[in-house]
Amino acid sequence: MKNVRILYFASVRENIGKDAEEIELPAGVATVAALRSHLRSRGGAYESAFAEKALLRAAVNQDMVQPAAAIKAGDEVAFFPPVTGG
Amino acid sequence: MKVAVQREDFDLGAEVQDLSKQSQSIGAVASFVGLVREVPMTLEHYPGMTERAIAKIVAEAKGRWQVMDCTVIHRYGALKPNDRIVLVAVASAHRGDAFAACEFIMDYLKTRAPFWKKEQVAAGARWVEAKAADDQAAERWQ
Repeated sequence: MKNVRILYFASVRENIGKDAEEIELPAGVATVAALRSHLRSRGGAYESAFAEKALLRAAVNQDMVQPAAAIKAGDEVAFFPPVTGG
Repeated sequence: MKVAVQREDFDLGAEVQDLSKQSQSIGAVASFVGLVREVPMTLEHYPGMTERAIAKIVAEAKGRWQVMDCTVIHRYGALKPNDRIVLVAVASAHRGDAFAACEFIMDYLKTRAPFWKKEQVAAGARWVEAKAADDQAAERWQ
């Protein structure tokens, strides 16, 4: 199984109505950017939450990464808006 | 080093006293406390990554300045105006390193630690948007 665990936070979590899910990585999806496109292609709430103009950040295995970062089976990938702590 | 992500409030005096006792070579402690301003809010975070991100920021500060020890506490959950949100306290031999490292850790926390604020305004709840000024504050250390 080529599964990844995806976590959603803040407005992303609210917009799609869930905080986590496990999906099987489709063939050819090997980067954060490709996963984002795949999620957008699901349509509905995903289409707007992952729209190209949506300002999103991502983390792989709890490290903030760029869109080109690689992902592989077993990874924990998170999507969220720019952070606002402190 | 103490890093805590917690719902509970913290005691600035007790934290600074604990930090000051870590070594007899400590000659300066610089501390910053961030407060909720005007509007009640709820703070969400990414358990696990938050602690990891803060530890990385502290490690980077230690590589740039002489940091003998430090304490970072960040709260999450429901907070009201005047509540304390965050504490950064840095102990060093001299004030220059303590001031600089404290400000650096705070600037990086704002842009790299996974926290999100949701304000409860009269019209309802709204997510706070990230500020360009915070990115600029973090960039000036690069």
